Amino acid sequence: MVAALDRKLLRDLLRLWAQVLAIAMVLACGVMVLVLANGTRASLDLSRQSYYEDQRFADVFATLTRAPETLLPEIAAIPGVARIAPRIESAAIVDLPKMAEPVSAQVISLPASGTPVLNAPLLRAGRLPSPLKAGEVALYAPFAETHGLMPGDRFDAVIEGQRRTLTVTGHLLSPEHIYTIGPGAMMPDDSRFGVIWMGQEALAAAADMDGAFNAISLSLTRGAREEAVIDALDHLLAPYGGAGASGRDGQISHAFLQSELEQLGAMALVIPPIFLAVSAFLVNMVLGRLIALERQQIGLLKAVGYTTRSIGWHYLKLSLGIGAIGIVIGWVAGIELGRAMTRLYTDFFRLPVLIYAPSAWPFVLSAALAMLTVVAGAWRAVGASVRLPPAVAMSPPAPPSFRRGMTDRIGAALGFRQTTMMILRGVTRWPGRAAITLFGVAASISVLIASYFTFDAMALMVDEIFFRANRQHVTLILSQSQTEAVLEDAAHLPGVLMAEGTYSLPVRLIAGPKEELTSLTAHKPDATLSRLIDSDSQPVTMPAHGVVLPEGLAAKLGLSPGDMLRVEALAPPRETWDLPLSATIRQTVGQEAYMSAPALYALMRRAPQVNRIHLRVDAAQYPALFEAAKSTPQIAGITVWTAIRTQFEATINENLTISTVIYAALGMLITLGVIYNAARIQLSERAHELASLRVLGFRRSEVGYVLIGELIGLTFLAIPLGWLAGYGFAALVTQAFTTDIVSLPLVVSRATYTKASLIVLATAIGAALLVRRRLDHIDIVQALKARD
Amino acid sequence: MVFCRKAPRLGATLWIETPMTQAKPVLRTEAVTRVYRTGSVEVHALRGVTMGLDEGEMVVLLGASGSGKSTLLNILGALDLPSTGRVFFRDRELTRASDRELTQFRREHVGFVFQFYNLMPALTARENVALVTEISENPMRPEEALERVGLGHRLDHFPAELSGGEQQRVAIARAIAKRPELLLCDEPTGALDSQTGITVLEALQHVNRDLGTATAIITHNAGIRKIAHRVIYLADGQIAREEINETPIPPSEVTW
Repeated sequence: MVAALDRKLLRDLLRLWAQVLAIAMVLACGVMVLVLANGTRASLDLSRQSYYEDQRFADVFATLTRAPETLLPEIAAIPGVARIAPRIESAAIVDLPKMAEPVSAQVISLPASGTPVLNAPLLRAGRLPSPLKAGEVALYAPFAETHGLMPGDRFDAVIEGQRRTLTVTGHLLSPEHIYTIGPGAMMPDDSRFGVIWMGQEALAAAADMDGAFNAISLSLTRGAREEAVIDALDHLLAPYGGAGASGRDGQISHAFLQSELEQLGAMALVIPPIFLAVSAFLVNMVLGRLIALERQQIGLLKAVGYTTRSIGWHYLKLSLGIGAIGIVIGWVAGIELGRAMTRLYTDFFRLPVLIYAPSAWPFVLSAALAMLTVVAGAWRAVGASVRLPPAVAMSPPAPPSFRRGMTDRIGAALGFRQTTMMILRGVTRWPGRAAITLFGVAASISVLIASYFTFDAMALMVDEIFFRANRQHVTLILSQSQTEAVLEDAAHLPGVLMAEGTYSLPVRLIAGPKEELTSLTAHKPDATLSRLIDSDSQPVTMPAHGVVLPEGLAAKLGLSPGDMLRVEALAPPRETWDLPLSATIRQTVGQEAYMSAPALYALMRRAPQVNRIHLRVDAAQYPALFEAAKSTPQIAGITVWTAIRTQFEATINENLTISTVIYAALGMLITLGVIYNAARIQLSERAHELASLRVLGFRRSEVGYVLIGELIGLTFLAIPLGWLAGYGFAALVTQAFTTDIVSLPLVVSRATYTKASLIVLATAIGAALLVRRRLDHIDIVQALKARD
Repeated sequence: MVFCRKAPRLGATLWIETPMTQAKPVLRTEAVTRVYRTGSVEVHALRGVTMGLDEGEMVVLLGASGSGKSTLLNILGALDLPSTGRVFFRDRELTRASDRELTQFRREHVGFVFQFYNLMPALTARENVALVTEISENPMRPEEALERVGLGHRLDHFPAELSGGEQQRVAIARAIAKRPELLLCDEPTGALDSQTGITVLEALQHVNRDLGTATAIITHNAGIRKIAHRVIYLADGQIAREEINETPIPPSEVTW
């Protein structure tokens, strides 16, 4: 037997379905984002964790020039080291018939025993290469699949200057390559970069590394101090060209995945509160109105003996009902979107299994928060009204009192019509309600701006990276640094119009207690292809002395121009220099240090060197250039900037489009919820007034103006607020998206402001018109009979 | 000879230019019925009412609660449509007009006064009147309208700051400010005490006399009938009888 009050509750929910749904949808957005972000994060994290454990992902990574294996016992003896896995790494140019341009690959040695102690690759197809057969290799599975290289297939590659024909034995995945990015690239591209595993003996022979290694990874014992181990390792490797060891945070694949997890965490922190706050306000508004309408019923219920508590509980249950609907919608949407997002991740993060497996707590947490939200929203509305003594409650409420003030002077000065004055006085009489509308619409706009500005940021990045900073078409990466004479040779390659060399060496930057591993590039003051640009996208004149750092890196080290920093060269001459930071630049991708080339060579006491060559190339001659590059042993890698740009733009468009559609929907839902509910409340409160206007001979359109004019006016007022909030929100987003590799610039275009405003305005008008339609069904005679 | 001013806007078929002889009816009904259906119950609110309202005339419609007088007033003011029968404003048939035309009719020709005033709480007395004058073609100034009902000194007060009688007089000022041809009053003194009621009736009588506005007042208060030129008694949805009052008395002499 359902109690009479509960039956009333159900009927109220049904009767108010549109308003209930509008609030529940906003609430659902908050719930959904919590479930989505935490669920996806948990799935990624869990998959990564078990992958790392199963394949024994290392804790510390180091590369060096060449060290004898006799050094290994010393490394293994470092306190805190559990296991060590030395290996040989090299670079290769892969010549694939279907690809005009050369494809680069990292070559990694596999121990004779087959599977390495750490960072064990996972066999996906075929078998591991035989240690006895020099020509056998295994390939990174996505790379092999992209090029259709199946076990048994053969292909040509140039490794350490020697062209060889290799046979594919199997496809592998590796915990080091969950996210794979080639040298000079900005995104994973399985068609242009791959990983080749080959037997240690074969690679040692090719790279002249017999009895030696040039890379090592370590796992640590429980409780070991990573920094201490890194220091000890660096100390041991320094004489052998150690380029500075790092923990997992310096390992590219790990760092990318980690930053993605952090972004999901940030999303779960920043977005739900906005939606929860808006829904709390909406519950307050709607319930407040419902209770005002039922004031006499409440008085009656009390008169017949219902307690204040039971009546209060009745209305609280109504808000809990709204909460329950929101939670269910949010959960379902969160699970569905979580699945979709996880599928999307499998394109970027090569994990052996990535199953959407959300844990229970985001569901529990989101439900608890949603319920708290609706109760908080209901509390004041319910508390104030149900406490009235029955006799007071049963009599009609005092009419609203209006005051003369600013509004009148403004209205009189501008010669407003009386219908406009009614709107203005409504706003000043109920400022709290107007504030909720303002806040909600501004929040909508800010969500849209924070979502759309990413296109602006990306456009700026593309412009800066590909048109202002890197004006070269192709960059050749040399296997070893050479004298500047090599530029002559490069200039004679087919199609080359201009060649410019740069040199960079690995360094550790130290500022007080802060350190960063990066590379220091010798930048020629007269360089015209690869340029440095400032925060206004203008080319920077290279200071004659001192170090130039990207803004992000300078901030990370706590440095501003004029400060001194210590630069430790991790390659010969292996010296430490104290240098001033002479300027900062903007670099959206990569965080490298720069110095004027003459100044750096003077410090190094060496003749100018080259290990990268930037080229401008006649487009018609690309194939010939690529052919030549494939057969030039000194070239370890090649970066084709137009190809990178195309891929960069395609990836961004695909991913941003998906997320932008989701955010646009979220942004629109807030406006829809706020405006629809506000309009419904206006309609119910002012039905009498609006009917009177119809009696006086006002047309439907004129009465409609009184109903929705206030809301549309507030929407217009909210637009500049939304711009401000949107800019702030965008700033938060850039922080969340900035990693060691990419730093998103904070730029919001006028088009973005305009688009966000127009979408919200259109949504507001749409929501208001939905309610405006109800005006047509207002029964004038009936509305006039009822006093309220 | 008077020609109807707004003929083109309302469509040629509905308007016929006619020379006026002395007391022409402004408004008339022909066998009007109104049936309300609530569920399976049919309520016959009007059962064939034929009546007219002449220029400059003040008519009181008298009847008990449920006699159909409010329904008749709503139909006269184009707030409601009859189930059968016809309604004419001058020579124009309202029962054939569109919703938009009916709105236009109310806007230009009819002033309403209701029992509960129906003022806009957010607007001052002056502004409540201005609300209507802003959409009229040839209105009087809001101040003039308020002076006519004796409220020239309370122009800038909000309804909540006025007494019931004052609010009702604002409503009358609002109704007459557009110089309507018809003034329809539904229990204008129903919510007022006798003294206040008298001031309201005086305001109505002045308007009727000074502006020549055809006025219909519905009431269940038989005392009020004496201020009218004509009294129509309604009972059970029909006109029971009519009474011509050769010498209307001033409201102050009405015994309440």
